[in-house]
Amino acid sequence: MDYVLLAISAVLVNNILLIQYLGNCPFLGTSKKMDTAVGMAMAVVFVLTMAGIVTWLFETYFLAPLGLEYLRTIVFILVIAALVQFVELFLKKSIPGLYAGLGIFLPLITTNCAVLGVCLINIKEEYNFFQMLVSSVAYPIGFGLALILFAGVRERIIIGRVPGPMQDTAIGLVTAGFMSLSFLGFKGMI
Amino acid sequence: MSEKSLVQEFTKGLWEEIPPFRLVLGLCPTLAVTKAFETGFGMGCALTFVLVCSNVLVSVLRKIIPSKIRVPCFIICVATFVVIVELVMQAYTYPLFLKLGIFIPLIVVNCIPLGRAEAFAYKNGVVRSIADGLGLGVGYAISLSVLGSIREIFGAGSWLGHAVFGASFQPFTFMVEAPGAFVCLGLMLGVMNLAGKK
Repeated sequence: MDYVLLAISAVLVNNILLIQYLGNCPFLGTSKKMDTAVGMAMAVVFVLTMAGIVTWLFETYFLAPLGLEYLRTIVFILVIAALVQFVELFLKKSIPGLYAGLGIFLPLITTNCAVLGVCLINIKEEYNFFQMLVSSVAYPIGFGLALILFAGVRERIIIGRVPGPMQDTAIGLVTAGFMSLSFLGFKGMI
Repeated sequence: MSEKSLVQEFTKGLWEEIPPFRLVLGLCPTLAVTKAFETGFGMGCALTFVLVCSNVLVSVLRKIIPSKIRVPCFIICVATFVVIVELVMQAYTYPLFLKLGIFIPLIVVNCIPLGRAEAFAYKNGVVRSIADGLGLGVGYAISLSVLGSIREIFGAGSWLGHAVFGASFQPFTFMVEAPGAFVCLGLMLGVMNLAGKK
């Protein structure tokens, strides 16, 4: 039951994009078209799950026993960068279909703060392995959900007539604000 | 980017390329830490320090770093200074450190230091890189402070802890919640676009 609550909290109540404000650069960058939004969402789910596991293992069995927690930031980002590179090579070789689908989004993920953010949250909240697993899967699902919903809205906005200065990013941010407001409504659930 | 004077390199960060608005980079901390003036300003200072230092380091090493693996090298340069900032803030400004929380380590993946390393410091000399980093950093700090002030004044009715409005003021809590950040930044961007056009 705790795991279900944790999952709901990660997907809806503490939605990583709209409530915790992580990963907003790709959120605005890749949400202009549905295809790119879906690609990005998939890539984030895929990489974040792996990154969560790997960084958690690193923290528990390497950094914490040696008292090297102060190097966490630098180690995590290197681990994530290496992991992304590795995943890219692996997919290219063995699953070319998926690689073509994720395409350019994979390298971009290294600098997606949602990935490093969730890895750090996992450590900060002192999750055990299974809690970490749930949060590493649920947070990116929340990311994907918000991103895909937002892309749907944004495709409609392009058709509408937006006043000159408010075009593109500005109206995108205001729209995101109202989506965030609706996600705030889940706050009472837990 | 033809020859510009040092002053121009500095001032372009203040208006022409002011980070969260013109470049639309580094949005996450912009939204998250601007609940109040204090946190916005603190974040701006931390980022300025990281940006200037990483620009200097990248610029000094630009002849040594092979272009194929330059991005991991940049990340390490930036991460080094982020760790320094993190430890210094933990030691001297602990309350602010707690308020900024996860967003201090996340400066590593803030697009601004990385973007400037790639776009500017890797191609330019040390002095120009300092000017560039300082300009953009100060621009970022100003934007965050302004955004933080707006949200604090309307959302909490105070500025730096001093009440701005009379006792009858009902705080507009929407502004300090997550949605207010998006809407406020969006509207500010609109105003900036309007002002930039003239």
